Amino acid sequence: MTEPRDVLITGIGLVSSLGEGIGAHLDAFARGPGLQPNIKTEGFEPYFVHGLPAIDWSKQIAKKGDLRQMETWQKLGTYSAGLALEDAGIPMDEAVRAEIDMIVAAGGGERDASVDAMVMDRARGPNDPEKVINETLSTELRPTLFLAQLSNLLAGNISIVHKVTGSSRTFMGEEAAGISALYSARARIASGQSEICLVGSAFSAERKDLILNFDLAELMLKDEWRPVFARTGDRQGIAVGSVGAFLVLESPEHAAARSAKAYARLVSALGDRGRRDLEKTAGRFADLLPKPTASMDEVLVLSGATGLSEITGVERKVLAELLAGAPVRAYGSVLGHSFEAQMPAGVALAAGALSRGMAIPPFDTGEERPSEAAPRQAVVTSIGHLHGEGVCLVETIEGGRP
Amino acid sequence: MSASDTDFLGRPVIAVTGLGIVSSLGRGVEENWEALTAGRSGIHRIDRFSTEGLRTTISGSVDFMGEMGETSTGLSYAMAEAAGSEAIRMAGLKDDDFGGPLFLAAPPVEMEWQHRLLLDRLDGAAIEEAGYDRLLQVARKHPDPSIYHLTQCSRISELLADRLGTRGLPITLSTACASGASAIQLGVEAIRRGETSRAITIGTDGSITQESLIRFSLLSALSTQNEVPEKASKPFSKDRDGFVMAEGAGALVLESYAEAKARGARIYGLILGCGERADDFHRTRSKPDGSPIIAAIKAGLADAGLGPEGIDYINAHGTSTPENDRMEATGLAAVFGDELKSTPISSNKSMIGHTLTAAGAIEAAFSILSLKDGILPPTINHANPDPAIELDVVPNEARRQEIGAVLSSSFGFGGQNACLVLGRAPDA
Repeated sequence: MTEPRDVLITGIGLVSSLGEGIGAHLDAFARGPGLQPNIKTEGFEPYFVHGLPAIDWSKQIAKKGDLRQMETWQKLGTYSAGLALEDAGIPMDEAVRAEIDMIVAAGGGERDASVDAMVMDRARGPNDPEKVINETLSTELRPTLFLAQLSNLLAGNISIVHKVTGSSRTFMGEEAAGISALYSARARIASGQSEICLVGSAFSAERKDLILNFDLAELMLKDEWRPVFARTGDRQGIAVGSVGAFLVLESPEHAAARSAKAYARLVSALGDRGRRDLEKTAGRFADLLPKPTASMDEVLVLSGATGLSEITGVERKVLAELLAGAPVRAYGSVLGHSFEAQMPAGVALAAGALSRGMAIPPFDTGEERPSEAAPRQAVVTSIGHLHGEGVCLVETIEGGRP
Repeated sequence: MSASDTDFLGRPVIAVTGLGIVSSLGRGVEENWEALTAGRSGIHRIDRFSTEGLRTTISGSVDFMGEMGETSTGLSYAMAEAAGSEAIRMAGLKDDDFGGPLFLAAPPVEMEWQHRLLLDRLDGAAIEEAGYDRLLQVARKHPDPSIYHLTQCSRISELLADRLGTRGLPITLSTACASGASAIQLGVEAIRRGETSRAITIGTDGSITQESLIRFSLLSALSTQNEVPEKASKPFSKDRDGFVMAEGAGALVLESYAEAKARGARIYGLILGCGERADDFHRTRSKPDGSPIIAAIKAGLADAGLGPEGIDYINAHGTSTPENDRMEATGLAAVFGDELKSTPISSNKSMIGHTLTAAGAIEAAFSILSLKDGILPPTINHANPDPAIELDVVPNEARRQEIGAVLSSSFGFGGQNACLVLGRAPDA
């Protein structure tokens, strides 16, 4: 086995309701505490959706033919992946990009809601539902829609549009997929199994079919919006957010050979799971937390908490015990919750804040305490809404990119 | 560690110490291997749902898993549980306390039609018009977490992790029809990194529904030769016209050879190497020059430290689609050259159909059995060879042949190409 080596974050592609690019996100945060999130309620009442701003997809997805093959989820992911590659300064050279590995954390793509409605309508009354399904889907479904729905076709589109073909792996399973994607990419580079890897995820929030799944388990925030840490009692739940978050991870040797500067170092990315009683969950989460070497006021905690109060309470309690004094920011308050993309988005924000030496103002002035010190280390958490817990440690680099 | 515990690059040698299989041919390794080597087909007419009006009415569905088979998520779990626990028991380990990580290839899941229609029939919505706005109102009146659970892609691995006693956060992955091979690759990599001495890798797919059948049908991917179901899947034949959707699960227990030996485990075979390469040409078609397929095969061989002459048998992807079989033969010819004509190659899919997410795992398990028993399963339904594809496809009847190394290929939509090289156990 090769000696473990550093893993650098050399590119970030982040798109959310707040805008596009890591710089735009940090600039928005810098405007001061209590940043107003960009939330859509119209058409989604009583739910809250951090929807996307207008995006000129053609900036990263040049061919109209490619755009036609994708719905929003795949466009968002392909676009963010393109931003990350561009940000890392990797030229659009097939020979270069053919050496890049890829791990994508993905759910599934959009359904055709009007066809679904048509089937439900026709299946009412005396009609044989199975016959209705056969007839309606056979005639009404757009053949290529299947490809916009398949989980691994986000990665497929990234290969086609951005020519990343070293390898292509898609991990599934809500928050855990994002945690595992970072874990696997980091471990492969650290051990010498890979030199450079595009890793990330996308989640498109403006989807009623997905909101339906979650609200069948009464998991959605309704009627009154509050920041994540202020969600309690009847006013708890998930506000979904559209997020595309991709990172370029790289070995120091590979980065040096192409004179690339890194934002930060991804020191660790760990995950676990188990039965979700509160004590056991707290224990597993505590075991995942690193012991930072920086002083606590120089440690930034970016919490990917969902807004489900019980599990968020467990997380805050453990953080208060083990990382006492470190400022905590629940980035779901401003980005919304993005499931598979939650951990990649948190690591993107961490790397950006570390490289800019920026103390992030509280997103929630009631629950989050201000901090003045530039962070040197960032602990990023993502405790899955149903299962899976993950923690990443990101660290500042001397001589990294400004 | 002794010298034989590490490979030519000094990495731990990976042993296979347990196998599990479920397919339309039956439940368990023995039943499947017996049927497969007898050249029996598991393809049959669909009776899970009405096929009235559909172009394809046959499949290799698995219909014997009891009430878990009523949903895709349930069936995928039940088959993965059956194969996974079989593999762990075969390895002589406790099937509720495996003690290593789980790498699971599973189909993406979403709400199923039975549940949309069920919700639409409930009261409590102000909106009458059919659609998701109405279903959201119904859901707020009648929450039902059991439906939500079935829509979570982590559901199957969560249940498996508890049932099998695996450690850590399981990885659920989808690389389309290469998924089963990718799961094995992740397990191999974890052991090579020294993170674990053992891993369980499972591929499962129980997603034959009206909608999935129609979706593949709309892409013209499926065989429509419905008249005699068991004859529809005919990889490498001139009159092949598409794949036959199928279900199943395959599981392998992977261990570092040193650890397996130390605990006295029986070793059934080795994973010598893995290779992959993504294709950037098209969402469903391979680059016309076959370069990604060629690169994946070469990467697998290089990772195993073998040249084409070191491969004695190829367990083909062989889906029976016009495109795949032609491209696969082209890719193999480019790598193997003249060696190809003398290298037997057969497709398990001629008998079990295309088990999609599970295929790479099931076919790797069958490859290990070929190495262990010296039997090459046939490509059945081979009455009409494609003159453009010159291969020794082990036509119609199994062949006895001692072999030392197998190449097992998997290619999927989205430009997914993965190849495994499997080897005979050292003392076998």
